[in-house]
Amino acid sequence: MSHQLPALVVAAPLIAALLIFMAGWVRRGLCFPLAGAALVVSLLSALGMLSQVLTQGPLHYRLGGWEAPWGIAYDVDAINALVLSVVAAVALVNLVAARVSLEAEPPHRVGALYALYVLSVTGMLGMVVTGDVFNLYVLLEITSLSGYALVSMGDDRAPLAALNYVFLGTIGASFYLLGVGFLYTVTGSLNMADIARLLPALYGSKAVLAAFVMIMVGLWFKAAFFPLHSWLPGAYSFAPPAVAGLLAPLMTKVMIYVMIRLMLSVFTPAYSFALATLNQAVVWLAVLAIVAGALLSLAARDFRRMLTYIIVGEVGYMVGGAWLGTRLGLTGSLLHLVNDAAMTLCVFLAAAAFTYRYKGESLHSLRGLFRRMPWTMGALVIGGLSIVGVPPTCGFFSKWYLLSAGIQAGQWGYVAALLFSSLVNLVLFFRVFEIAYFEPFHDHHHGEPAPSAAAVRNEAPALIVLPLLFTAVGLIALGLYSGELASGVIALGLPTGLR
Amino acid sequence: METLTSLRPLLAVLVSLAVVPLLVWCRRHPNLREACTFLAAAAKLALVASLLPDVLAGREVLCPVVSVLPGVPIAFRVDALGLVFALVASSLWIVTSAYSIGYMRGLDEHAQTRYYCFFALALSATIGVAFAANLLTLYLFYEMLSLATYPLVTHHQDREARSSGRKYLLYIVGSSIGLLLPAVLITYYLAGTTDFAAAGILAGKAPYWLMLVLMLMYLFGLAKAGVMPMHSWLPAAMVAPTPVSALLHAVAVVKVGVFCILRVMTGVFGVGLLRDMDLGVVLGYIASVTVLGASLVALSQDELKRRLAFSTISQLSYIILGLALLVPLGLLGGVLHIVMHALGKITLFFCAGAIFVATGKKYISQMPGLGRRMPVTLTAFLVGSLSVIGLPPAGGFLSKWYLLLGTLDAHRLVFMVVLLVSSLLNAAYFLPIVYRGFFAPPPEGEAGQGLAEAPGWCLVPLVLTAAGSLALFFYSEPFLGLARLAVARLTGG
Repeated sequence: MSHQLPALVVAAPLIAALLIFMAGWVRRGLCFPLAGAALVVSLLSALGMLSQVLTQGPLHYRLGGWEAPWGIAYDVDAINALVLSVVAAVALVNLVAARVSLEAEPPHRVGALYALYVLSVTGMLGMVVTGDVFNLYVLLEITSLSGYALVSMGDDRAPLAALNYVFLGTIGASFYLLGVGFLYTVTGSLNMADIARLLPALYGSKAVLAAFVMIMVGLWFKAAFFPLHSWLPGAYSFAPPAVAGLLAPLMTKVMIYVMIRLMLSVFTPAYSFALATLNQAVVWLAVLAIVAGALLSLAARDFRRMLTYIIVGEVGYMVGGAWLGTRLGLTGSLLHLVNDAAMTLCVFLAAAAFTYRYKGESLHSLRGLFRRMPWTMGALVIGGLSIVGVPPTCGFFSKWYLLSAGIQAGQWGYVAALLFSSLVNLVLFFRVFEIAYFEPFHDHHHGEPAPSAAAVRNEAPALIVLPLLFTAVGLIALGLYSGELASGVIALGLPTGLR
Repeated sequence: METLTSLRPLLAVLVSLAVVPLLVWCRRHPNLREACTFLAAAAKLALVASLLPDVLAGREVLCPVVSVLPGVPIAFRVDALGLVFALVASSLWIVTSAYSIGYMRGLDEHAQTRYYCFFALALSATIGVAFAANLLTLYLFYEMLSLATYPLVTHHQDREARSSGRKYLLYIVGSSIGLLLPAVLITYYLAGTTDFAAAGILAGKAPYWLMLVLMLMYLFGLAKAGVMPMHSWLPAAMVAPTPVSALLHAVAVVKVGVFCILRVMTGVFGVGLLRDMDLGVVLGYIASVTVLGASLVALSQDELKRRLAFSTISQLSYIILGLALLVPLGLLGGVLHIVMHALGKITLFFCAGAIFVATGKKYISQMPGLGRRMPVTLTAFLVGSLSVIGLPPAGGFLSKWYLLLGTLDAHRLVFMVVLLVSSLLNAAYFLPIVYRGFFAPPPEGEAGQGLAEAPGWCLVPLVLTAAGSLALFFYSEPFLGLARLAVARLTGG
């Protein structure tokens, strides 16, 4: 059984999505257990593969027994086993937290929401595990199409945001597909390992360069890399909170993983990092992304919208780290990918908890929240500090790697941008904490109860708060284990011979 | 250097962290809650004190915790310098806890459970900094302290608290992310390690200009030390309840700042390197400006706590000045001044709080004649002032004595003049308060009122710290012994 895990991790949610869709007509009560069971199976198989990879080395799986390069291959190394575990875990935790709000949707939507949710996760898991560039495109479209549909089920402004997402997402996917077409033209293969074997003879070819650039641009659209980000803020701030909690932590991170995977194992570092000017340019684009993300988030007047711009900045962190082209930079980027998924989940779950209780999401609706929702706010403090990068939360340690990689590579612009963004994040989160802690204002007089004492305790339901607290504690645990993750897992998956 | 591995440093850090859930649990029973605080404080002091025999015998106590980055674990290492600071902070926590009861209950403050919880957290962080074995651990606890004190500074939750809190965060966390963190990373990149070593880790790793930049990044990045122009968070933080100002803004937080500077300058750069590159003078002049500037500003402050705050800013730079001399006597004076100033200044803050609890007065101009109503408090205030000015028979005399000897030893008469002028200024802003308190007539309508001391929970702690200040003049062990050990190790003698 254990050698079937690479297929099982994708097959379980794929089959479950179909069953859930049918259950939505017959018995809606079955939707949640089915979705939960599928994601548990995925998570367990991902963890199983991770432990196998760590002890026995990379796994190679042939779908249907067809040999590569003709059949579809699934390749699992230490890094994608880790990313698979993160995707499955985040999707599962968010699913539990999303239950209360999903069940409150109009009945005819419930089945579709659960089915699309699981389908979207299927696509993400598939993109991470597949070893075939065309299969990757198919899975990308599965995720994206279900994502468009999910986003459009939000509030009144959601359909327009979803349409914007469809347009830009489709452009991105087309770029990617075109690049794959170029690669197929020159190599005649779609299997990643096979292309990597055939490419070195063709490195001088303009077609390969065109393919490389088009694939990267396509992935940057999907990863919301500034200035190709404009679909993201609308899509994630108007989507239903349950959906935002799935897509915001995972979608951009999976695309960045795919970018790194293609840079390392299709084009190989010898090609990807050989063009010094291109590398420089991308790192400076990343600097721009980080600074723009920071400035745009400062201007946001709505909590979830502010978070979406923070994601735009974080994407800059990871793309920049990867394009430094050093072992340290890639380690930092991959570690940040894991950490950022967890911290984004934490803050979006907190946002979901506010929305569940108080509907509004403008910063002003957060007044007195430390008193009204102490547990949620406690978790938000940990999530916020992690995004700022305060030890011992995980955000600090990946930022440490990224910063030292920047210093090592002499990319001072990138270092300065990271520090600037940390400071802006500090301002952003303390602005939220201030509103929740001080307001509504009241002059202090000794012997009188605190102003906020008038606010009644009104915590979100346990089914939202418990996953949230679990995530918050996880941020600290991830931080303390980041040494193990970096040197025990990520290092195994990086190619040797990197600087 | 002989070393031994023990869990005690970790336990000393964790004990006040572990008590936090207990405090929340007992929130409906204030007496039980405060008993828990005392228990934790006593346990902390006992754990810290249990390290004393080992350190005095010349051993260092190691405690690796977890490896988080390649070659950079979270780890503790207890040496004489760290132990001096840990002993001061943990013993004064007990006294301050007692004082807190008097103050917070006397004024019937809100959210007392939150107050005690964050106080305990802040103490955990303080001991963590004192025992940190490398820059990462130091940074971790430094930031933890900044964040744990934010709810204490903004305790009143009004507009004034919010704007002070903003200033506090902007200066302290802003500088630590903007200057300290990159300095730590550059150090790590240059030296390949962040472990403190007696001879420093940067020797020969960087040119003069980079060393200078790095030194300034540390000096201003560690804004808790209040070196001008990074000082103005401290007067702003005086909106906090007085026990917070007393323990945190006269002892723990600000001393964490100077302690970190001492640690970094000696353990990362190394006294030898600073001497070879002649960087001590730069440090000395920056500290001198703060010493004199803050003393001058203090003269003009009418709010008692603000005057004390500016005095603290000035006194903190004494310690940096002692370090900048780069001679054993100067360093000895600096290390001792951590102890002496802590006791003197906490006494002064306790007095300010006691006056506020008993009479509601915050401004010095309201205080003539106060000695007739609060003789004990004002006498303690006198003792604290003597210690801060550096006059016998108070402990502050000793540290200032060594600092002055240090300036002679280093042939830096400019700094001697700075210290002496500053002492005069100290006298000029403290002694009139005492003089007018005892000898000037009280304001209209207050004449002939009887004794009105603060409640016993306030009064006993301030008498204890004042007595401590006096006692240290006559018998300053184990601090003098520890300081001598620390200095011997840092200067390689």
